[in-house]
Amino acid sequence: MSGGLYLNVAVSGLLTGLIYGLSALGLSVIFGVIRIVNFAHGEMMVLGMFATLVLFRALGIDPLLSLPLVAAALFAFGYLLQDLVVRRVAHLADHMQFLLMASIAVMLISVCLMLFGPDAQNAQVSYGFDSFAIGPLLVDKVRVYAGAAALVVSGLLFAFFHYTPTGKAIRACGDNYTGALVVGLNVRRLYALTFGIGTACLGAAGAIMLLLVDVHPYLGPSYTLLAFIIVIIGGMGSLPGALLGGILIGVSEALAGVILQPSLKSAFSFGLLILVLLVRPQGLLGKVAR
Amino acid sequence: MIARIIESASPRALALLAVVTLALLVAPWLVDSYVLSVLIIVLYFAYVGQAWNLMLGFAGQLSLGHALFVSLGAYTSAALFIKFGVPPIIGVFAAIAMAVVAGCLIGYLGFRFSIRGVYFALLTIAFAEFTGIIVDHISWLGASSGLFLPVKNQQSNDLLNLRGSPTMFYYVILALTGLAFALCSWLLNSKLGLYWQAIREDQEAAEASGVPLFRYKMIAVAISSGLTGIGGVWYAFYYNNLFPETMFKTSQSVEIILGSVVGGVGTLFGPILGAFVLTPLGEVLTAATDGMHLDGVKSFFWGFCVAAIVLFRPQGLWPWIYNVLGLAPKKEGKR
Repeated sequence: MSGGLYLNVAVSGLLTGLIYGLSALGLSVIFGVIRIVNFAHGEMMVLGMFATLVLFRALGIDPLLSLPLVAAALFAFGYLLQDLVVRRVAHLADHMQFLLMASIAVMLISVCLMLFGPDAQNAQVSYGFDSFAIGPLLVDKVRVYAGAAALVVSGLLFAFFHYTPTGKAIRACGDNYTGALVVGLNVRRLYALTFGIGTACLGAAGAIMLLLVDVHPYLGPSYTLLAFIIVIIGGMGSLPGALLGGILIGVSEALAGVILQPSLKSAFSFGLLILVLLVRPQGLLGKVAR
Repeated sequence: MIARIIESASPRALALLAVVTLALLVAPWLVDSYVLSVLIIVLYFAYVGQAWNLMLGFAGQLSLGHALFVSLGAYTSAALFIKFGVPPIIGVFAAIAMAVVAGCLIGYLGFRFSIRGVYFALLTIAFAEFTGIIVDHISWLGASSGLFLPVKNQQSNDLLNLRGSPTMFYYVILALTGLAFALCSWLLNSKLGLYWQAIREDQEAAEASGVPLFRYKMIAVAISSGLTGIGGVWYAFYYNNLFPETMFKTSQSVEIILGSVVGGVGTLFGPILGAFVLTPLGEVLTAATDGMHLDGVKSFFWGFCVAAIVLFRPQGLWPWIYNVLGLAPKKEGKR
C-alpha cells in the first residue's frame, strides 16, 4: 500500500468528518444550553435524510439545494418538541430525560418504518461518480461538496452565536440560567429556539449525508453514538470542539478502516472515547465541568 | 428481616403480597404455554431490573450499559458449557466473576476520575458497545454468526445443567427474582443501604459526613453487575443462542432499565411492577397490530406509552399504585 492511498483515505475521512462535526454541533448546542442529552439525535438526522430523499424523488431537488428547506422543517420540529414536550422533563432526573428522548427515538424510527419501509434507499445525483484530481489526490465530487456545505453551515452557526443578539442571549442562558432569568431574557423561548437550531443542524447534516450514504430507518442509533463520541472528545458544549472531534473521528475511522478492518473502526472510536473520558473528561476544547 | 417487613407493612399490603406470591407459585399449572412464556420474560426483566435498580435507585449511579453484564454472564457460562462441558451451576461463578470484574473496572475508572451523571452513563454505554464489537470479532465465541447451545433432552429437567422445560426455567427465574428481591430489601435497610441512599441524595453531604464514597459506590456496582451476570447465565440457557449484534447493544440496556423506571426507581416493588406492566403491554400491542401488516406501528405505540409514563408518572407507577390501593401502613404514612 502506498502513501497516496492513505492520503486519499485521510482526505475523504476529513470531509466525512466535517459532516459528523456538523451533526455533533446539533447535539452540543442542545446539551450546552438546555443540559439535555438528545438521545434521539441520530433518529432526527435520519428524519432529515428521508425528508431530503422525498424532495429529491418527488421534485428532483438536489440534496444540497433542499438543505435549507429540510433544516427549516427540522427547526420547526425541534422548536415544538422542546416547547411542548421536553420542557416538561427539565426538572426530572437524568434517567427520566434519557428515557423520554429514547422513546421519542423509537417513535421516530417507527414513523420512518411506516412511511418508507425497512430497505436502504439513496438519492443518485448526476455528479455522483465524478471526482476531482489534485496531484496524486483523487477526491469524490460529492464528498467535496458535502464537506464544503458542512463547513458553510457550521460557519453560519458560529457567526449566529457570536455576533447576533439572539445568539448571545442563548449563550447567556447556557452560561447562567438564573442570571438569564434575572436580566429578563425569555428563557423558555430561547430554549425552544436552541433546540430548534440543534435539530436544524441535524436536518442540514442529514441532507448532506444523503449524498454519501444510503438511508434506512435503523441508521439512527449508530449516528447517535457517533455524535456522543465526537462531542465528548471535542468537549460537551464547545462548538469548535464538536467540529474538531468530528474531523478527528472521521479521519481516524477512515484510516482504521484501511489499516485494521472496516468492522473494527467503531471499536477504535469507542476506545478513543474511553481514553478521552479518563484523561480529559471535559474534552479536548471543553471547559472544566461545573 | 422478614419479621421486620411484616411488622412495617399494612395488613392489606401483606394480603396482596401473599396472593401474588401464591399466584406466581402455582401459575404453571393454571396458564397455557403462551402465557407461561410471557410470564418467564416478565420475571427475567423483573430480575435484571431489580439488579439495575440497586445501582441507580439505591446508590444513585446511572448505568446505561447493563447489557454488558448480561452478555458477559451469558457468554462466559455458555462458552464454558459448550467448549469444556462445565455445567452452568459451576459456570455461574465464572459468569459472576466476569461481570463483577467488568463492573468494577468501569466503576473504578469512572469514580476515580470523578466522571459523573450523564458522562458516567456514556462511559457505561461505551464499554458495552466496545466489548460487543470485540466479541463480534472473536471467532472462538462464534463472532457475528452467534454462539449456540446444544438443545437436547427436553423431556427431563436437568437443573444442574439448566436443560429442561419452560416450567423449569420459570421456577428458576422466579426463585432468582425472589432472592434478588429479598437481598435488595435487606440491603436497603442495612447500614450499606443507608450509606448508598446518602450518596444518592447528596454526594457532597455524604462525603462530608464521612461516608467513603469510592468504596460504597464500588460495592454497589459490584453487586449490581454480579446479579445482572447471573441473569445472563439464565438468559443464555433459556434462549440457547447469543448474538453480539443484539446482546451488547444499548437497546438491550434500555430494555433492562425500562421496567424499573416505569415501575419506580429506588423502590423495591417498582422493577417487578414495571416488568408486569411493560412485557404484557408489548404482547397486547403485538396482538392488536398484527392484522395491520405495517412495520413500526407496534413500536410507535410502545414508545408513545413509555413517553406518556415519563411525562405523567415521573415517579413511576409503584408509588402511585401504592397510594391508590391504600397499601401504606396506618400509623406512619410514609414508607
